Amino acid sequence: MTDALPDNTGYVAAAYLVFFALVLIYVIIMAAKLQRFERELSELNDLADERLLADDRDSADDFEAVRR
Amino acid sequence: MLYGTRLRALAIATAVTLTAGFGLAFFYAPMDADQGFMQKIFYVHVPMAIVTLGGFVFAGIMAIKHLRTREAKYDLRAYVAIHLSLVLGAGVLITGSIWAKASWGHWWVWEEPTLVSYLVVFLLYATYQPLRFSIEDPERQARYASVFAVIAGAFVPLNFLAVRLAETYTHPRVFATSDGGLPAKMQFPFLVCLIGMAALFVTLWKYEMASKHTSSQLRSLRRKLAGDDAVAPQGRSAAPSLGTSS
Repeated sequence: MTDALPDNTGYVAAAYLVFFALVLIYVIIMAAKLQRFERELSELNDLADERLLADDRDSADDFEAVRR
Repeated sequence: MLYGTRLRALAIATAVTLTAGFGLAFFYAPMDADQGFMQKIFYVHVPMAIVTLGGFVFAGIMAIKHLRTREAKYDLRAYVAIHLSLVLGAGVLITGSIWAKASWGHWWVWEEPTLVSYLVVFLLYATYQPLRFSIEDPERQARYASVFAVIAGAFVPLNFLAVRLAETYTHPRVFATSDGGLPAKMQFPFLVCLIGMAALFVTLWKYEMASKHTSSQLRSLRRKLAGDDAVAPQGRSAAPSLGTSS
């Protein structure tokens, strides 16, 4: 940079920071959504396990009833 | 379609291209004789502006496809493109303002057609989400939003025209000016930045599309596992509702 030109380093840094901040905020929001999905998926997994257990119990009861 | 496919590779390519572009802008491109160091803002501001306007045009094309086929996936694509363009559009306005302050001493110049026309386009698209939210019926919402996206898309070329037709010439020219436009040593870093910014748009678009699809599929899975009662009613939303098949 020549001496004749004004020093605008602050403005340039601010412009690039705005860009990076926008992208960062966007990615953080998306990451938060991803965490929510993971939580929901784990809930659904538990629900599926419970249903499988309940189905097994029902068929065992039916089997017992038939045997008696 | 799986929108999350190759997302990691795309994200890495985007980061590499943008870093290379900004590196070239600071360490390879010569200092502008007229504006000096602050001209470096150009390498982030202009590519971002071009990409956002491209995003609006893409949304218009998707909206036309939606109106022709009535498939919800096109409405979602347009919705995500407009949302992302608005986010980056806010960045364009802020970085443009910073440049204006550094260059002209004012945060905003109302006499400058390029700035005002971009602001008009931005504000026009800012009404897209409230428009969607105001319509409860999802099918009607999608149809009206598509009509809006097509009509608003027609304003975008006007923005480019405004840059060319601007008579005051206070806004810095980029290409094909009477004195030859950008020198090659500035053009190369600019093109790398433009490619990087376009890649960033595509990456974030795919990221958000994947997120919307996952959300919709989780909802459908919960309904299958726990029944309709376990899924809270969606209520009024500006976001497009997706069938599980799309």
